[in-house]
Amino acid sequence: MSKRILALATGLAASLALAATPVAAEKVKVGFITTLSGGAGIIGKPMKNAFELGMEHVGGRLGGLETEVIYGDDKRKPDVAKQLANKMIKKDRVDIIAGIIWSNLLVAIHGPVTRSNTFLISSNAGPSAVAGKKCSDNFFNVAFQNDMMPEGMGKYMTDKKIDNVYVMAPNYQAGKDMIKGFKRMFKGKIVGEVYTKLGQKDYQAEISALRAAKPSAVYVFLPGGMGINFVKQYAQAGLSSKIPLYSVYTVDALTLPALKDAAVGTFGVQHWSPDLGNTVSRRFVSTYREKYGKTPAFYAAQAYDTVMFLDAAIRKAGGVGDRAKLRAAMRTVAFPTTRGTFKFNNNHFPIQNIYLREAVNDGGNYVTKTRGVILSAHGDSYAKSCPMKW
Amino acid sequence: MDPLLLLEQAFNGLQFGIMLFLIAAGLTLVFGIMDMVNLAHGSLVMIGAYLATTLIAWTGSFLGGLALAIPATFAVGALVEVVALRTLYRRNHLDQVLATFGLILFFNEIVRIVWGPVSLYSGLPDYLMGHVEIFPDAPYPVFRLVIIAVGLSVAAALYLIVAHTRLGMLIRAGASNNEMVGALGVNIKSLFTFVFALGAVFAGLAGMMLGPLTSVEPGMGEPLLILAFVVIIIGGIGSIRGAFIAAIVVGLVDTVGRVMLPVLLRAFVDDAAADTAGPALASMLIYILMAGILVVRPQGLFPARTG
Amino acid sequence: MDRRQIWLSLATLALFAVVPPLTVIFDQPFYMDMVARIMVFAIAAVSLDLILGHGGMVSFGHAVYMGIGAYAVGILSYYGIDNGFLQIPLALAASALIGLIFGAMSLRTSGVYFIMITLAFAQMLYFLAISLEEFGGDDGMSSMRSEFAGLIDLNDAMHFYYLVFAVLAGVLFCLHRLVLSRFGMVIRASRTNERRMQAMGFPTYRYKLAAFTIAGTICGLAGALFANLNEFVSPDVMHWTHSGEIMIMVIMGGMGTLIGPVLGATAFLLLEEYLPQWMEMAMTDAGEHWAIIMGPILIAIVLFGRGGIHALLAASLGRNGNNGSKRDD
Repeated sequence: MSKRILALATGLAASLALAATPVAAEKVKVGFITTLSGGAGIIGKPMKNAFELGMEHVGGRLGGLETEVIYGDDKRKPDVAKQLANKMIKKDRVDIIAGIIWSNLLVAIHGPVTRSNTFLISSNAGPSAVAGKKCSDNFFNVAFQNDMMPEGMGKYMTDKKIDNVYVMAPNYQAGKDMIKGFKRMFKGKIVGEVYTKLGQKDYQAEISALRAAKPSAVYVFLPGGMGINFVKQYAQAGLSSKIPLYSVYTVDALTLPALKDAAVGTFGVQHWSPDLGNTVSRRFVSTYREKYGKTPAFYAAQAYDTVMFLDAAIRKAGGVGDRAKLRAAMRTVAFPTTRGTFKFNNNHFPIQNIYLREAVNDGGNYVTKTRGVILSAHGDSYAKSCPMKW
Repeated sequence: MDPLLLLEQAFNGLQFGIMLFLIAAGLTLVFGIMDMVNLAHGSLVMIGAYLATTLIAWTGSFLGGLALAIPATFAVGALVEVVALRTLYRRNHLDQVLATFGLILFFNEIVRIVWGPVSLYSGLPDYLMGHVEIFPDAPYPVFRLVIIAVGLSVAAALYLIVAHTRLGMLIRAGASNNEMVGALGVNIKSLFTFVFALGAVFAGLAGMMLGPLTSVEPGMGEPLLILAFVVIIIGGIGSIRGAFIAAIVVGLVDTVGRVMLPVLLRAFVDDAAADTAGPALASMLIYILMAGILVVRPQGLFPARTG
Repeated sequence: MDRRQIWLSLATLALFAVVPPLTVIFDQPFYMDMVARIMVFAIAAVSLDLILGHGGMVSFGHAVYMGIGAYAVGILSYYGIDNGFLQIPLALAASALIGLIFGAMSLRTSGVYFIMITLAFAQMLYFLAISLEEFGGDDGMSSMRSEFAGLIDLNDAMHFYYLVFAVLAGVLFCLHRLVLSRFGMVIRASRTNERRMQAMGFPTYRYKLAAFTIAGTICGLAGALFANLNEFVSPDVMHWTHSGEIMIMVIMGGMGTLIGPVLGATAFLLLEEYLPQWMEMAMTDAGEHWAIIMGPILIAIVLFGRGGIHALLAASLGRNGNNGSKRDD
């Protein structure tokens, strides 16, 4: 048995010694944190794929410099994400940490990473907590601010003069934000506002109450499995033909394969979709399909855009060593994205177009189609409370 | 609140309770007879749902798929019992909790590898898609009525088996003293395997009926598992009757509570506070109920084991 | 108590003590944080072992006390109170109070009912934490590190490390004394035969409640440290799978063996960290399916690993003397 301990000890010492090799000077190190294992791997895996695809498209070199990418699986746990980020900063000595799907994980690592003078680039999560007062000069978001989509939906439904809306979201921070964002732009009357349990499976009781309230439309935010459950049961209750359903982050490329006809005809809002006409997007979609055999969702597009953003910024700054120079480059650089070009707000969140999407059955293929621009060059509403000026 | 709506909500609660009963029935049998805590019972719900979804797609018929999925789930249950759980009966509850916790990890990952991480589509045939007006102006999905019917038939069948057959006698005897049953020359091993597989079928049946309602995905059984545990603890471990009553009570309290509480609270505090506290309290409600019952009756409402 | 058990404890603590200088020599500050995290979980596992290993109380909601400790620090920090001399005692008091209340109700039941009622209480607070919109709800909230009037600076990784180390050593010492005391004797005896203890005139309920409260309090301390480690608090820490994991750490290391849970926490967290990497080496993209190996490992430990890592190590230290890891259940 003592042999085993000895082997363990030597193994540990060896790995310590190995890891202690000094790092070469002009090299870019990027840590990409996403969720690979567990149920949420369905989002994280395509993001990793898209990031790899992006790296291929820039010849494996960000800004023309030798680049090493380290992938990490956060297991969707805040403390694991924190530990991973810490490891990437202190052990791997990365210059940039990118990825991050979940708002709560981003909130968990935001402070420690930005304080360590490492850049943090969110490829998805955009919670209000880091968009306003707590914005940071080392943090950039290349995806969206969470409130943008509900704001878009509120605007659209106001424009359409839809009144008497019933709204519903899970009872947690993002759920409240999605209702708040909706109300910010929606000027009509709200006849019911319901918060459901996070991860709820059966919505029959809510559907009964909803029908009794006789609204003229329903707006929901129920991401992932919750959305599948609700939309299916909504269709089964025979309501989809009677009361139109509008949603954000609920009917998308991930839930459509499980929803199929139950979701057809419902409206959603998004900042990107595979049918956008620009060249970057077309190339991304076709090469992604070729390589991975699937149509990418917006999560993947954002990961791809992250590569394009880093590539352009590092090229402009000429390296990653001078953080101030790199920051200046990140703020102003024009880079090709799957969403066309967009600029950053003073809080480092994108100012971008928001599109209306409808779920359709395209010859047995269930997809969402763009049905026009709702808001163009839309900036988030937290930017004004961010003290950063540049 | 409109009394008709309240009645409809009570009906929803009943349907949810029946679903919980299907899951809890197997759990309480295994608990009562083998004295075994099986956290992996929720995985059987998931396996039932996956098997049914796959077999429905394969046969092209809803009923045909279910007809194949039921024996398949029975087989999976028997296999799990023989390979993994049999050795755990003589262990203490702690060992059982941990080993079956390991089983959950294993099952979820197996499902993810075999069927992929994406939720499966599981629809309904047209003849189950309709509605019935149970109350005026309240069209109710036919499929949910089917669930109630299936659940009630299972409950009735179980009652007949337990109360009036030799197998039921063994089950009852096993629940109160399984060593004695073994000493009397009953092949206790195959009885255990059968009972476990039967429980798996009930859980799988719940999964099969959940498939068209909810998302079929890895880990779908765990939230239900904890509720099922609450049910059998309230009902008294090993008692089918207890599980049935407790399941209905939990279903009603959970459903009616989560609809009514925010409305009730609005009468006392301002809307924003009610919107926050209502759902919070509603999600805690059944745990409060369970804690309350256990404080008054530490053995649940209908304790089967009296010795 | 077995002498090997004490030697093993001292040796483990000595190993923990030399980690920071080693990480400085090799310029690998990350490992200092990693081991600090292991020690925080070790404190939680040791606290659970008091009631689980010695008292035979299978609490399936132990992570909730970690959550209370963490939220005590987080909420005070939210209101701008970063003074550790205030935060830590309040975290202890809060977890002790909740432990007392939950314990008082749970201990009326036994067996499976006890397992489930502790789980139910944990679920209750988990859902409560999710609904606390002011404190981030499901997303959790970031918190500042505790301040100790300039005496120790927790933002300095080494200060933090040795604080956690000192707490772990202190907790181990106190529990060691506690278990050997008359109190510990009653707790252990009522696990094997509660009726006899009652017949002998011991109010076992009160003794068990005291042990339950102490365990909750120590776990709350671990939670306070956990909040400082992560600079972040979220309901995730109270999730029932988290309670399961702490339990696994205890079993992996060896129940009722003082240092066992520490070894278990170390092994579990190292496995969680390195298993995906090893699998990734064996096969591309296999790492994301780490659970398929982790599950059977847990089952194997339960089925075959009687006495856990502690028994393995104790056996390798020599076969003379009575075997401290021998268990009577």
